[in-house]
Amino acid sequence: MDNQGEIWEVFIQSKPGLAHKHVGNLHAMGEEMALQNARDLYTRRKEGTCIWVVRHADIFSSNPEDSGSFFDPSDDKIYRQATHYVMPEGAKHI
Amino acid sequence: MTDLEKFNDKIANNIKIEPKDWMPDDYRKHLQRQMSQHAHSEIIGMQPEGNWVLRAPTMRAKVILLAKIQDEAGHGLYLYSAAETLGKSRDTYIEELQTGKAKYSSIFNYPTLSWADMGAVGWLVDGAAIVNQVSLQRTSYGPYARSMVRICKEESFHQRQGYEIIATLAKGTPKQKEMAQDALNRFWWPSIMMFGPHDADSYRSSNAMEWKIKLESNDALRQSFIDKTVPQAELLGLTIPDPDLKWNEERGSYDFGEINWEEFWNVVKGNGPCNKQRIKHHVKAHENGKWVREAANAYAKKQKEIKKAS
Repeated sequence: MDNQGEIWEVFIQSKPGLAHKHVGNLHAMGEEMALQNARDLYTRRKEGTCIWVVRHADIFSSNPEDSGSFFDPSDDKIYRQATHYVMPEGAKHI
Repeated sequence: MTDLEKFNDKIANNIKIEPKDWMPDDYRKHLQRQMSQHAHSEIIGMQPEGNWVLRAPTMRAKVILLAKIQDEAGHGLYLYSAAETLGKSRDTYIEELQTGKAKYSSIFNYPTLSWADMGAVGWLVDGAAIVNQVSLQRTSYGPYARSMVRICKEESFHQRQGYEIIATLAKGTPKQKEMAQDALNRFWWPSIMMFGPHDADSYRSSNAMEWKIKLESNDALRQSFIDKTVPQAELLGLTIPDPDLKWNEERGSYDFGEINWEEFWNVVKGNGPCNKQRIKHHVKAHENGKWVREAANAYAKKQKEIKKAS
C-alpha cells in the first residue's frame, strides 16, 4: 500500500426510498476517514441522505471479456419478458 | 472479432470503454496523460485563488472563494480517481507532476495581482474550462465522462461568481472599473490559449478525435468560448483587448486576432511568471503533509488490529 491510503468505492443514496448508487472512489486510511472524505468529496451540495464506503479490494467483479458467456443463460428466455405474451383483443389493465 | 475490432466497434457505436475492457496501449497512454494533466490543473489551480483568501474584500467573498477552492480540490480528486482506473497509482501521477514530466494548464502560471483577477479567473478561466468540459462529458472513456458530468454540475457556480465580481467592479468607481478592465486585459489571451494550438498545428489531436476522447477540435471550442464571452464583456462596458476582434456576419461568429504562440510555448516549457513557484509550493505542501498520512496509516492499522482482536 502506498502512503495515500487504500482506495474506497463510494455509494450514495440521494433520498430515502432510492437505491445507493456508485458515484466514484477516493483514498482514505480506514473506514471512518473514508466516510468523512466521501461526505466532503461527494456531498458538498446535499447530494445524499446516506453514504456507503466499500474497500475497492473487496469488490469482486465479473469480467467484461467473458460477458457473452457469463450472461448467456438469459439470452434465450424471451418468455421472461411481459411482451412475449399475446393478450386477447380488448383486454384492459393488463 | 479481435480485441482491436471489438474496441473500434464500441467507439464507432458510442459505447463507453470501461476500466476492465481491452484498449489499445496508445489510447490508455493518451488518457493517462490527458486526465492527469486535467487533474493537476484543478489542483494547481487552487494556488492563484488561495492567494486571495486572506485578502477577500468581504466575509461573503471569502466564504465563496473558500467553497470554490474546495470544489477545485474535489474536481482534482474526481479526476485522479478516474485516472487511477487506467492502472497507474496516484503516487505516480503526483510524482510526474512534481518532477515536471506531467503538465498542467498554463493559465495557472500567471499571477493573480488584484481582487479583480478572482473575477477574471472565474469568468474567463472557468468559462473556458466549462466549454471544454461540457464537450468532454461525451468522451469515450466511462470514468472520465462520469467525472466530467459531476464537474460540469458544479462549475457553473464558479463562472457565475467570477462574472459577478467583474460586474460589481465594472459598475463601481472609475478606479474599480479600471481594475476589471486590467484583469480582462491580462487574462483574455491566456484564456483563449487554454484551448491549445490551432488544429493544423496540434500534433496530438488526430488520434484523440478518432478515439472520441476529444469530440470537438481546439479551434471549434475556442470559437465557441469567444462567441459566448464577447457579449458578456460588452454588457459590462469592458473592452476585449484584441483590435482585430469583430463580428463576422457570414460565419455567425467573431473573427479574432493572431494568438502569441511563442508566449504559449514559453509558458508550457516552464518559463511563465509562476511555473517554479507553483511546483515548489505543491512539493512543500505534499512534504508537510507526509507525517499526517503516516499517522493516519498507523492509526488505521491499529484500529484494524483492535477490531480483529475483539
